[in-house]
Parts: sequence; structure tokens; C-alpha cells
Amino acid sequence: MAASSERSPPPFPDLEEPELLEDRDEGADACHRRSTGTSISEMDSPSPDTSRPPKDIFNEPPEDIFSDPLSNINSEPQKKVDAKISSPSSDEAVDLFSEPLDDDSEVMSSPEVQNPMPDLLSEPKSGVLGEPPVQKNAARQQDVFEEPPKGSSKSSSVKKAASAEMLGDDDEEEDLFKEPPKVVTRKPQPSGPPVDVFTEVKSDVKVKPQVKDDPTDLFSEEALTAPAPKPSANSSSSSRTNGVHSEEQDLFSEATVELSLDSPRNDRKKDAVKPSVSAPAAPEASSSSKAPSKTLEELEEEESEDKFDLNISVTNPEKVGDGMNAYMAYKVSTQTSLTMFRSKTFTVRRRFSDFLGLFEKLSEKHSQNGYIIPPPPEKSILGMTKVKVGKEDPSSAEFVERRRAALERYLQRVVCHPSLLQDPDVREFLEKEELPRAVSTQALSGAGFLKMLNKATDAVSKMTIKMNEQDVWFDEKIQDVENEEQHLRKLHVMVESLVNHRKELSGNTAVFAKSVAMLGSSEDNTALSRALSQLAEVEDRIEQLHQEQASNDFFTFSELLADYIRLLGAVRGCFDQRMKAWQRWQDAENMLQKKRETEAKLLWANKPDKLQQAKDEIAEWEAKVTQYERDFERISATVRKEVIRFDKEKARDFKRQIIKYLESVLHSQQQMIKYWEAFLPEAKAIA
Amino acid sequence: MEVSSAEAALSVSASSIRITDVTQDGDVLTFAIASQKLNSSAGVCVFRIYEDFDWLQQSLFSQENLPGLQGIIFPPLPSKALPSQSNTQTKALKQLGFLALGQDWQSYCKALEFYLQQVAAHPTLCKCKALDSFLINSESPGKQRGRKGIFNRLSQAVEEMRKESHKDVDNFFQNERNKNTNLAALSKVATEKLLDVVMTEQKLALACGHFATSLHLCVNQDDAAAVAFSKVCLKLSDVIEAVNRNFEKVASNDLSTLGLGLDLESRYQEAEKVWECVLMIACKLIELETVKKGTEKAKASKREVMEAFQKAVEKEFNLISSVAKQEIERFHSSRVNVLKNFLIGWCELQLNTAKEFAELYSQHLEACRNMYSE
Repeated sequence: MAASSERSPPPFPDLEEPELLEDRDEGADACHRRSTGTSISEMDSPSPDTSRPPKDIFNEPPEDIFSDPLSNINSEPQKKVDAKISSPSSDEAVDLFSEPLDDDSEVMSSPEVQNPMPDLLSEPKSGVLGEPPVQKNAARQQDVFEEPPKGSSKSSSVKKAASAEMLGDDDEEEDLFKEPPKVVTRKPQPSGPPVDVFTEVKSDVKVKPQVKDDPTDLFSEEALTAPAPKPSANSSSSSRTNGVHSEEQDLFSEATVELSLDSPRNDRKKDAVKPSVSAPAAPEASSSSKAPSKTLEELEEEESEDKFDLNISVTNPEKVGDGMNAYMAYKVSTQTSLTMFRSKTFTVRRRFSDFLGLFEKLSEKHSQNGYIIPPPPEKSILGMTKVKVGKEDPSSAEFVERRRAALERYLQRVVCHPSLLQDPDVREFLEKEELPRAVSTQALSGAGFLKMLNKATDAVSKMTIKMNEQDVWFDEKIQDVENEEQHLRKLHVMVESLVNHRKELSGNTAVFAKSVAMLGSSEDNTALSRALSQLAEVEDRIEQLHQEQASNDFFTFSELLADYIRLLGAVRGCFDQRMKAWQRWQDAENMLQKKRETEAKLLWANKPDKLQQAKDEIAEWEAKVTQYERDFERISATVRKEVIRFDKEKARDFKRQIIKYLESVLHSQQQMIKYWEAFLPEAKAIA
Repeated sequence: MEVSSAEAALSVSASSIRITDVTQDGDVLTFAIASQKLNSSAGVCVFRIYEDFDWLQQSLFSQENLPGLQGIIFPPLPSKALPSQSNTQTKALKQLGFLALGQDWQSYCKALEFYLQQVAAHPTLCKCKALDSFLINSESPGKQRGRKGIFNRLSQAVEEMRKESHKDVDNFFQNERNKNTNLAALSKVATEKLLDVVMTEQKLALACGHFATSLHLCVNQDDAAAVAFSKVCLKLSDVIEAVNRNFEKVASNDLSTLGLGLDLESRYQEAEKVWECVLMIACKLIELETVKKGTEKAKASKREVMEAFQKAVEKEFNLISSVAKQEIERFHSSRVNVLKNFLIGWCELQLNTAKEFAELYSQHLEACRNMYSE
């Protein structure tokens, strides 16, 4: 109860409170991040087995998270911290509890939470009102809430929402309060009980993920269902509650942003939760200046973490069926030591549309978050028809091999992505014996998909003009990506011509070899004739070399470039997603502005009946604006991170390919040496 | 060889003949021909244009007082290069084949040089005064081109006769002729094919060059990741540049050795064809005489004259035949020798190039592998 003594003297709040609050906020932050995190990941995956990911996340990390704040604020009463952390309306709780200690203990001990809550709301008003720091704190933390006085003066609706919030939270707190009250009051066990509490709370949070997704809806709804608490909170408290509430809400969405920054990492390496929690101060500043360094750091971390053991190969293309219903099935073998998979090696058979289906599922789920989803190879009707018709000509064999390699690279890219690897669909794709037949991949395939992307780009390009980019980094990057795409296209053309020339060379060499052989056969001089036919053989082998080199060129460079041209399309898609988020935010902002104007008019016209409704709407839109802004910041951060990751990946990929290419070139050169060395004595033997 | 003949007219060493320089003035190519005097270390340098070469060739054809001239296989002179027209490469290629390739007419010069060496090394032709004056006189040899084209017309006429597949009196020549027809066609095809190969190699080299340069455009120094990527691009550019040089070198190797060799071979085969025609004319002549003799038997008055004439003709024919037989021996051995040298040279060059670039590639590979380890 040290904190209570610290807080109780009213003269000091200015000095003491902010720090303390901040400390607590951090703890709360962490908590929020966790809890909202779960809800987000649930929201992301519409599939029924939502219970899975949260389980993963929650099984062990709580200790990490909560032991931290605990140790930080060790001197403080645990129960307070606990309560604060556990409830989403943490700040309120803190504020409420901080003043009247006895009340606090009452709350804790009383099994019926409903009653004390309104009390609490009404009670601390005077004390809280006398605490400007809280307000300041709130203002500092959220930029959206620019005019606290205005908002507070006419935010009875907000207040209502706040109380509703409290009520809504009651469900959660009920558990908390009903079950572990003794535990909480009992101080001696510092770390053990809280964990229990939190796991409990979490399960609650998990159950109601809407809290995060659409808080305003929830609020208004609950406000309607539970109007009772509103009158209990009198007008004098309104300003304060409002302030606190908005702050709390702010925190809420802030945590959301935070989470999405960290979540891929958290998801991927559960043990890496600690760093993100131990540095909770950074999150608030997802400001443009600070973020790059942070993401870079993260990337460094990631890189060291990247060497996971997962080897995927696509082999054995096999034609299944006959006629136009025939399709190619590929063997997808996975070798891994990752624990998330059931076994170390497993093999499934997949057809091309399954690959497309996977992409569809992934892009549905993740592209709105700003992830770069590796695009699959394009569907080729011509190539496939050839295969279907079943002629065993070299071009169809080449087609199948080319597609096989492309699919393999596609899968490898997918699993290389830390967050996509965690996706249940990816795992299902790799592990599950039978997949439901992917439908309507037609529209998505290849050119169609690209067209779709381009269309989106065109549509967004108009927005681009409107969107005055504040972030220089993005501005440059978008430009870069466009330039790069052009360069790559050019390079691709070059490589294509290179490959064609190689093929031509190999063809010409073959013809030359033939004519040398003819010349040799009609030559009189036996030694010369022999030498010439030897030469013909050498040329034949060289022709083989050229042919191999041509296909090497093709697979190392041409396909690589084609892949990256597609990938850059995906990157552009990411930028578009970000822009869309921005657009939504701006729209909401405009709407809010309109609502405010209406309210002002109403106020002027003195129509109190409609005023309430207007205020409700403003609250709703304020929440939306905040939400969308956070969304935008979140997506910006993700896109930035993704692009950096993409760049690194790209450099690495190209380097790998160069090495591969050099090896092949070196190999053919060495073969060449061998051939010539063998031929030289023959030439010298000509008498 | 020229040393062996007592009356060696040629005062320069055949193997020292070089075309050291070529200058282009509008349509006219001027070649600087350097050679070494036999009896002193002094060098001689003259400037000649293609017309001078042509004059030399005609002079060789029309030597007088040289028995068995018709039995000689003349070294083939490359056809005239037209610099101003040959800016369209396809045309030049059609006309000159390999000789149009290479920078600054180098391969053309090589071919001319080789022609001069062959003439100078020929046991009979080297005695020709025209050659000596061609090589030594600083003034351009006379402009007399009176007989120009006669030989060509002659050979053309005979070409038609040849088509009638006239049976040769001598089986030896008949066989030789058949083989020659065969080889001439084949070597021509082989040359063309090799030319294709070389052209493709050059195209490939060009494509590599383009690729390397456009890789340079991808360089971007904005941030760490971009720098890393740029490094990779530059490295790749270097590598492709190396591949490019490799192709260039291989192409020039092909060109300078086997290309020239095959080209020479095919031109020699053509020359042999012409030579056969000349031989055939001689045969025809004899046949004609025989027929004449038969018809004019009755005229006793002219009989003696005719017999004397026939004897003279037969004597000449025998001489030509013997020269021709020697010539063919010589031709074959020299041809094989030349081809062998070209083949060996080619093989060695290719080997060296391959080794050099294998080394270079492995260096690049090493560098690439170490690229990220720092």
C-alpha cells in the first residue's frame, strides 16, 4: 500500500503522479497489447479455429509480461497493478482506486461489482478533478483529442460511453473480482497469483474480441442497454471521466498499433516477447522519426532469427486424369525441425489451383495489414493446354519444369515470411493430407491477378495526388519501387534475349558440328579427317554446354527477375493498402468535422433534444477517427517493415543467384577446358 | 623455298611479309606491306591498294615464257572489299564472309597477307618479276590492266562446260575433281556455319554488355538495403562483363584462326576448281587437235605440219599434267598444313581463353561468397 500513501497527499500530484502513471501505463500498455493482440489475431483469421492462435500466445508469455511491470513497480500494491492491468479501463481503475483506498479494498472484496462501479465513478470526481496531470497526460498521449476542454464541456455522451465501458468491462472484472479477491489482497505472493488472474482475464478477452474491433459500437450499444449508471455520474465528474475515458480509449488503440508492430515477431518467436515489453515506452512513438531505427533494429533481430530450419521442395510433377480435366499434381515435401509442425518430414500432393488458393486465402487475410504476400506463378492456359493434350514434346516438359521451380520458389518465399509461416492455412497446406478443392482461382490466376492489382493501382493513383505524403521515407520508397520495377523489366528483357542468343548459339554450334563432321568424312587426309571428326564431337559437347548454360541463365536470372517483377507488384499492393487506410482515416476525419459543425449549429439553435444524438455521433466518429488513424499508423509501420524485409531478402536472393550462376559458368568453362585439352593432341597429330 | 631456286627472283623472305597497317580513305583501303630483305636485315615497306593486288594476280596469271603455267593452282585473292558499302553488315558478310568481321579490316588484312605469303612461298610463282616489284618498289606498279578479267571470263565459260560433266582423260584428275567439288561445297558450308556461330557469339557478347550496363542503372544508394542490393547488382554486372569478354574473346579466336583457316580452305577449293577448268581446257584442246588430225588425215600436204603441231601440243599437255600433278601434291600438303596450324592455334587460343576465364570466374565466385561475410 505504499503507492496509496504516495498518492494520497493531494499537494504532490503534479510531481509524483505523472511518473507513476506512466509507469502504470506501461504496465497497462503491455497488458493491452497482449489482450488486444489476441483479439486482433482472432479478427484476422475468420476461420473457426480462432481459439488456436491465442492459446499459443497465451500459454506462456504472461509471466514475461507481467513479471516486468511487477518488478518495475514492485513497491506498489500488487493488487492495484493487477487490477489495472487486467481491466481494459485501466487508467480509470487506477485513478479511481488511487484516492480512496478504503473504497478500493471495498471494491476488491465485494463480490458484486456492479454496485461499486458507479459509486467509484461518482466518488473520486473531486479529487480527480483537482489533478490536472491526468488530463495533461491524456492530452499528451493522444493527438487526435486536440481540444480537451471542448470535448469535456459537451461530452456527456462520451461520459455515458465511459460508464458503459465500465459496465462492459464488468463482465471481465467480475471474474477477476469474484475469483481472486483474496489472492489479490494477499500480498506475499508477488508473481504467482497475478498470472492466474491474467490467464483468466485473457480468456475473457478472447471471448469478446469485438471490443477492439469496433469499440464505439459496443459502447453505444451498452450505453443503451445500461443507461442507469449515467445519471449517477453527475455533471461535475463528466469532464474528468471524459478525459480519462478518451485517454483510455486512446491507450486502447495505441496498444493496437503497438501490437501490430510487434505481433509478427511475437507470433513468430514466442520467446521474443520480452524485448517488446521491456521497452514499452518506445511504442507510443511510432512517429516517423523514430520508427525507422526501430524497425531496423527489429530487422537485425529478425535476421539473426531468420535461420529457421524449414526446407520445402516441390517435386515429381505428375499428370492426373485425362483430357481437359487433367491437371498436374506436385509433391510438396517439407523438412523441418520447427516444433509447430507435427513431424519432421512430411509430404503432400497439391495441384496448381491449391497453390493459387493458398495465395488467395493469404492475401484475403493479410494484405490489408500491409504484408507483402509472395504471388504465385501465373496461370498459363496455353502451357497447361499443351500439357493436357499430352504431347511429350520438350516445350511442355520445359513448361512443367519451369512451373515446378516457380511453385517451389513461391512456397519458399511464403514460409520465409515470419508471419505468413504462422498462418494456419500455410500449415494446413503443408501438412494436411486432403485440402478442400480451391474454387474460383480462375479470376485470381496470373494475368488476371496482375490486372486486378493494376486496376487497384490506377484507382489509387488518383488518391495519390490527394494524399500529401508526410512521410518522406514512403515517398521515396514508392518512387524507388516504381523505378525498380522498370529496371527489372528492362533487365528481364535483356536476360530473355541473352537466353535466346544462347539457345541460338547452341543451335548454330550443333549445325557447325554437323558440317565439320561431313567435312571430316569426305576428307582424304586421314589424320585431318580424324581431327575433323574429333572436332565435330567437341563441338557437339560444347553445344550441350551452351544448352545447359542457356537453361541455367533462364532459371537463375530470367525467372528470378520475373518473380521479382511480380513481387514488386505485391509491394505496390502494400502501398496501396496503406493509402486506402489513409483515405479511410481522412474520410472519417471529414465526417467528424461535419458532425461537429452540426453539433455547433444545434447548440446555436438551442435544441437540446437533438444535441444528445449529435454528441453521440461525434463520439462515435471520434472513436472511428482514432481507430483509423491507428490503423493507418499500424499499416504504415507494417509496410515499412515489410519493405525493408523485402529489400534485404531481395539482395540476399540475388546474391545467391549470382553465386549459382557463377558456379554454373565456372563449371561449363572447366568442361570447355577439358574438351579443348582433349582435342589439342588430335590437332597436333595431323601430319 | 625461294632460296632453293638458284635464280631466286624474290629478294624478300616470304614468311616475313606482313600487312602492318591499313588506312581507309573513302572507298579506298591502303595497306602497308612490310617485308624483310633476304640478304640484309633491312626492311621494306610499301603501300598498296586492292587494285595493286589485283594487278599482281593478273600478272601471275599472264606470265609468259613459263612452261606449265596452266597446271598451277594460284593462291586465291580475296575479293575486293568495299568499305563504304559494307556499312550494311549483312551485305559485307554476304560478299566477304569472315573477312568482313573483325575490327578495322583486320581479318581482311590477314587474308591478304596470307595470300602474299602463299604466292611468295610458291616455287614457281615466286620467280615472277611482278611479285618482286609489288613487294619492293615504292611506286605503285603499273596500271596496265589490259588482261584484267580475261581469266575470269575464261573460267566462267569453262564452268559451263564443267556442268556437262565432261569426263577427264585422266582418272587421277577425274577423282580429284569429284573430291574437290565435294570438299568445296562442304568447306563453304562449314565456313558459313562457323560464321553463324561467331556472329551469335558476338551477339551474345553484345547482349551481355547491355545487361551489364543496365545493371548499373539499378544502383541506388538510398539506404542500407538498397546499397546491399546495389552491391549485388554491380557484382553481377562485373560478372556479366566477364562473360561478355569471354564471348568476345572466343569469337575473335574463332575468327582469327579457324574462321580464317576455313575461309582460306574454301577459297583454295574454289581456286582448285578454277585450276581444273584450266586443265580441262588443255584437255579439250588436245581432243580438238586429235579430231582435227583425223579429219585432215587425207590432206597429206598438211600432215607433217599437223603432226608437228600435235606433238607440240601433246608435249605441252604432258608438261601441264606433270606440273599439275606436282601442284596437287603440293596443294594438298600445304592445305593440310595450313589447316593444321589453324586448328592448333585455334585450340590453344580457346584453351587459354577458357582457362583464363575459369580463373576469373572463380575469383568472382570467391568475391561473391565473401560479399556478405564482412
